[in-house]
Amino acid sequence: MGINLEEQFQQKIDQEIKIEPKDWMPQKYRHTLIRQISQHAHSEVVGMLPEGNWISRAPSLKRKAILLAKIQDEAGHGLYLYSAAETLGISRDEMYEQLHSGKAKYSSIFNYPTLTWADMGAIGWLVDGAAILNQVPLCRTSYGPYARAMIRVCKEESFHQRQGFESLLVLSKGTEDQKRMCQEAINRWWWPCLMMFGPPDDQSPNTIQSMQWKIKRFSNDELRQKFVNMIAEQIKILGMTLPDPDLEWNEETMQYDFGKINWEELKQVIQGNGPCNKERMDARRKAWNDGEWVRDAASAYAAKHSKQL
Amino acid sequence: MKTFIRKFFYGDYGEEKNIATEHNPSRQTINEWPLWEVFIRSKQGLDHKHVGSLHAADATMAMENARDVYTRRNEGISIWIVESKNIHANNPDDADALFDPANDKIYRHPSFYELPDELKHM
Repeated sequence: MGINLEEQFQQKIDQEIKIEPKDWMPQKYRHTLIRQISQHAHSEVVGMLPEGNWISRAPSLKRKAILLAKIQDEAGHGLYLYSAAETLGISRDEMYEQLHSGKAKYSSIFNYPTLTWADMGAIGWLVDGAAILNQVPLCRTSYGPYARAMIRVCKEESFHQRQGFESLLVLSKGTEDQKRMCQEAINRWWWPCLMMFGPPDDQSPNTIQSMQWKIKRFSNDELRQKFVNMIAEQIKILGMTLPDPDLEWNEETMQYDFGKINWEELKQVIQGNGPCNKERMDARRKAWNDGEWVRDAASAYAAKHSKQL
Repeated sequence: MKTFIRKFFYGDYGEEKNIATEHNPSRQTINEWPLWEVFIRSKQGLDHKHVGSLHAADATMAMENARDVYTRRNEGISIWIVESKNIHANNPDDADALFDPANDKIYRHPSFYELPDELKHM
């Protein structure tokens, strides 16, 4: 008697054989992926909004062109990911509906405001830096279309991080006002970035299943620690500081120790009570509703021309 | 105070209810633009290779979008687009029957034939 489908599936995963759209998969694997990939896509799309605020206010034509290119990449990343989710049997419109109705979530980080130009640099360096740490292991995730989308995303993400750091580097060598603006942006984004990695491992009861299915390969705490170690060194080049009095190199663990994260804040932001949750969703819904006539016109045009052929 | 945080991973931020299980493919797709598959030739002399998909109202729009989405950094010099419904694929369950027979025909491979070392240029 042969082994059952679920065991065969796990064997493939264990042998690092990728799962493709038409392969058999457990319902829970499919649903976990639909949720994770679509929410990842929503994050890319909503992530354009805090930056869009600064396109018309960029300090130079060069910075404006860079910002536009970055935002265009993010639209592309959302599209790669939506396409990957669609291979699992959910439609694009359903995913949009879930986002616009508030049923689906997106990354907590995009519910914070972008108050000054320096926030554009801080987002590139810190937010995209944190995203890269998470995204690189996802290039090896067990679901083929998701892994391929992530490879594409990672190739483009490096530019986002580097332009952010470079933009802050310029400010850090500028006037007193520019230096202060740079430091204040870092202060604002540091803790929300640490929260972006998700709750601590002992409060993530489902990590084991996602690890076993190789959807996820590193835990939240592992990646968060890696991020702290990386940024604590990089910030020295900017001559700035991180807003954490407990941040200290630990000779024993050979890692940076850092202060306590305010998990209540994360919980509130996830539940919709962050500083900009409402504003972001209103902007998304408005864009979707205002674009309806364009979608309808394009469909009507296509229908008319297909009849003429 | 006990605070309970629902699990979520990067790219997975939890949800109010299990929406993924609720979805019903028949609804909310009526107005959706058709899906297209995109193939790109990265440079002269190479095959077109599948790179991804996108939605567009017609072939012209699909071509414009493919250019914007998949070739922003010199990824290609030629694009093919095919409406996804026109692609036919084998059922993965038939893969064994379709592709296994090749395994027991090792005489199809040059290494099957043992020849003397003196034999050159072969």
